[in-house]
Amino acid sequence: MAAQPERLKVNAFGDVSVVEFSDRKILDELCILEIQEELSKLVEATTTGKLLLSFKNVEHLSSAALGMLVTLKKQLEEKDGRLRLSDINPQIFEVFKITRLNRVFDIHPSVDKARVGF
Amino acid sequence: MEWFGRGGQRSRAVTTANEDRFKALKEIIVPTDLAAVKQPEQAILEEAARCGYCENAVFAIKLALEEAIVNAIRHGNKLDPKKHISVRYEVTPERIVIEVRDEGNGFKPHAIPDPTEPDFIDRPHGRGIMLMRAYLDEVQFCETGNMVRLVKHKEGSEPGRPEDEPYVK
Repeated sequence: MAAQPERLKVNAFGDVSVVEFSDRKILDELCILEIQEELSKLVEATTTGKLLLSFKNVEHLSSAALGMLVTLKKQLEEKDGRLRLSDINPQIFEVFKITRLNRVFDIHPSVDKARVGF
Repeated sequence: MEWFGRGGQRSRAVTTANEDRFKALKEIIVPTDLAAVKQPEQAILEEAARCGYCENAVFAIKLALEEAIVNAIRHGNKLDPKKHISVRYEVTPERIVIEVRDEGNGFKPHAIPDPTEPDFIDRPHGRGIMLMRAYLDEVQFCETGNMVRLVKHKEGSEPGRPEDEPYVK
């Protein structure tokens, strides 16, 4: 069995890869670079292209993390894949609203709701 | 020194007449290192906790300080390890003032495009200044653009845009 990535916890629910962040703060660029690298590997490895990022452990976010998500969405779409986000707490959701990225990303209240129709 | 800029919801120019008010700022000098944000962040947040700032204010300060220091390291000092970042700050029960200065050549804040415009919305960079302005009461850049002053009032306004958007797009 392959080792779990350090910064992410990945679980498969049917054909959807559900990813949780190990870090509560996705702020500093060093941490973000490592997460981005692990997510890129997931995108390369996925056969269904259905990736669901759960933010249930995330308490802080920076603009660099938002940039990482924008890049991830592009990478997935280039492979005809899809990205959904879930479990974003109100404080973090405010960051998405301010930058209007709530209109760019497919955001759902929970993993269960995000899996419906994915 | 002349200051230019605007806050998220409060705009005003600060001129040399106000410089004396900030002479007592504490200063932490950190290297050009992306891990360097921790030291000033910890010092400022500890003082904020002692002064009774709420969770939302702490979230705002943490976010804005991270953005300001990363900008100083990446865009100001251009990751040059020979250069340093100065973080000057004052935390009082009424407000938090932070000045972040780098050794770079500065920039023109008004030349940064609005990252919410359709042509820029899918770009990975360019949202840091917007977030600082959204979360703080004042964000001002000095004339040369290599120093930013951040102000958060304890009883300041809430972050964000005026319209109320639904949770799901």
